[in-house]
Amino acid sequence: MSKFSDLTRLPDARGHFGPYGGRFVSETLSFALEDLEKTYMSLRNDPDFQAEFDRDLAHYVGRPSPLYHAERWSRQLGGAQIWLKREDLNHTGAHKVNNTIGQALLAKRSGKPRVIAETGAGQHGVATATVAARLGLKCEVYMGAEDIKRQKLNVYRMRLLGANVISVESGTRTLKDAMNEALRDWVTNVDDTFYIIGTVAGPHPYPLLVRDFNAVVGREAREQSLKQIGRLPDTLIACVGGGSNALGLFYPFVEDEDVHMIGVEAGGDGIETGRHAAPLSANAPQGVLHGNRTYLMSDEGGQVSSTHSISAGLDYPGVGPEHALWKDVGRVEYVAANDKEVLEAFRELTHVEGIMPALEPAHALAHAKVLAPTMRPDQHIIVNLSGRGDKDILTVAKIDGMDF
Amino acid sequence: MKGAGMNRIDQRFNTLKDQRRTALIPYITAGDPSPEYTVGFMHALVEAGADVVELGMPFSDPMADGPVIQKACERALKHDVRLTHILAMVKEFRQQDNETPVVLMGYLNPMERMGLQAFAEQAAASGVDGVLVVDMPPEEADEIAPLFKEHHLHSIFLVAPTTSKERAAIICAHGEGYLYYVSLKGVTGAANLDVASIERQLDSLRQLTSIPLCVGFGIRDGATAAAVGQVANGVIVGSALVSRIADNCEHPEQAREGLKALMSEMRHGLDAPDAE
Repeated sequence: MSKFSDLTRLPDARGHFGPYGGRFVSETLSFALEDLEKTYMSLRNDPDFQAEFDRDLAHYVGRPSPLYHAERWSRQLGGAQIWLKREDLNHTGAHKVNNTIGQALLAKRSGKPRVIAETGAGQHGVATATVAARLGLKCEVYMGAEDIKRQKLNVYRMRLLGANVISVESGTRTLKDAMNEALRDWVTNVDDTFYIIGTVAGPHPYPLLVRDFNAVVGREAREQSLKQIGRLPDTLIACVGGGSNALGLFYPFVEDEDVHMIGVEAGGDGIETGRHAAPLSANAPQGVLHGNRTYLMSDEGGQVSSTHSISAGLDYPGVGPEHALWKDVGRVEYVAANDKEVLEAFRELTHVEGIMPALEPAHALAHAKVLAPTMRPDQHIIVNLSGRGDKDILTVAKIDGMDF
Repeated sequence: MKGAGMNRIDQRFNTLKDQRRTALIPYITAGDPSPEYTVGFMHALVEAGADVVELGMPFSDPMADGPVIQKACERALKHDVRLTHILAMVKEFRQQDNETPVVLMGYLNPMERMGLQAFAEQAAASGVDGVLVVDMPPEEADEIAPLFKEHHLHSIFLVAPTTSKERAAIICAHGEGYLYYVSLKGVTGAANLDVASIERQLDSLRQLTSIPLCVGFGIRDGATAAAVGQVANGVIVGSALVSRIADNCEHPEQAREGLKALMSEMRHGLDAPDAE
């Protein structure tokens, strides 16, 4: 028992994490969500379902992903030892596939021939298109027009995989608008369509099932840590947009009080400029968007704010409801890294370790860079390297003044 | 102030029942295309036969709405229309019209940001009669429902074709004023009505509640209004009207005439269905 044991029993039956979460949707979606909840709850502890999930993770995704000791970088920073949980080595190049494998199995059981998804950086879209190709499902991915521009490579990848990428021109033309559009599609085509949400936000049961499917990351990291370090790590660091990779890593450690956890949000141009995507670190007001109550960046009139981040995958005004609760109860510390620090960390890891991170986990690396030197060399940090950086080459090249 | 404690919505439906008439309930988005026209539009809707006016509160992320109402929200938000402005519009409307019920329809976040208590108080004081919060099913209404009740605002809920019997019972237990039956799957402004299936669904809802059953989504002209009016206590029309505004954004006078023309056509369809 730990003082945080109660956290492992959430969400409650109605999908609430304390005051957060829930199912704030139009009645037109209630049926589909109840149906999904019923399906998932019946399979959640089903050994056959779990075995099929584990098999796919092992042989299709390539799990377990390594826990890599970044010795050279640690030495250079001159403090704690930094370990990287190599989700970048998964099939499709990010943690996102853990969840899409799980939801695809649910889609298969539901017999629906079509899947849809929203995507920001395109990693979740690619992971969805991938599992759809494998199962022979029709796949349509909603993506903000702004993100389509900055993530061209992933857009083309999705098309190669047979998915139809639909450009979303409404609102701020980023991830939140893609999610609006995917929800509208689902409500219209609910009979034959399964909606694969990519993050731990959205209406119940999505935050629960996306967390469950990603928790394999933390379970492995815990085991690997005991084996490779000989004990649990001192600190976990992960980036937080919606928050799926962070919850995946953190959740299996939640009762380990001595393990300090840090979620790193997108600081954009800096919290003080207002141009960021960091609702938790900026102490945004509570609000309701996309079916759940959480910290939500909105203006005084309650209109959702536009956000800014160098990374399309973190460019979201809300955050998963479980993170909101974990902030309030003090289980996780939430900080922000700004675009400039993120780029530095991206370049540094590439140079020093030969590992090119995606811009999203480069936020976590940026914080590790600050934190490690303040710790002792016999202390250990695990950073979730949630995705690889190939997709961001064009973005970085553009900053370097190169044009392909 | 309201007379005798009876909500205008209930009064109106009682009258309609006596007259054996079907309610015509138009929806427009407050502040579309610009805030100064909204009150005039509301009066025009009433002149052309509206029994209840639904006024949309624009939101940046209207998840349950189709492109027509999304664009209306965007037009209104360009003018930074806020709930306080919308309540002022209702107050102004009430200076000339103290009879027609006004229902606000929108999403939860702007109300929460204003403060639910303040919203309920000021809505009631401005002459609002009911509120439909699109993204708040009865299960999540624990905080807001008692506040609305305290201020004599009816909580209006949606029922969908996919709503289970168990859920329908919960919704009927919470619903006041009228139930808004969503006639088809999808977002606002979608097509294709199946009147026979609507009738079946309304029949089963009538086992659960005695409040009026109004049907929205997919009603766009006199004929569809007449067809649905045969089986429902009221018809709700939104996107078709909002399209009239969208087509005449630069000429609000013409938009107003467009609203009146479509309303008259539907009023006629409802009152003399055989003529259609």
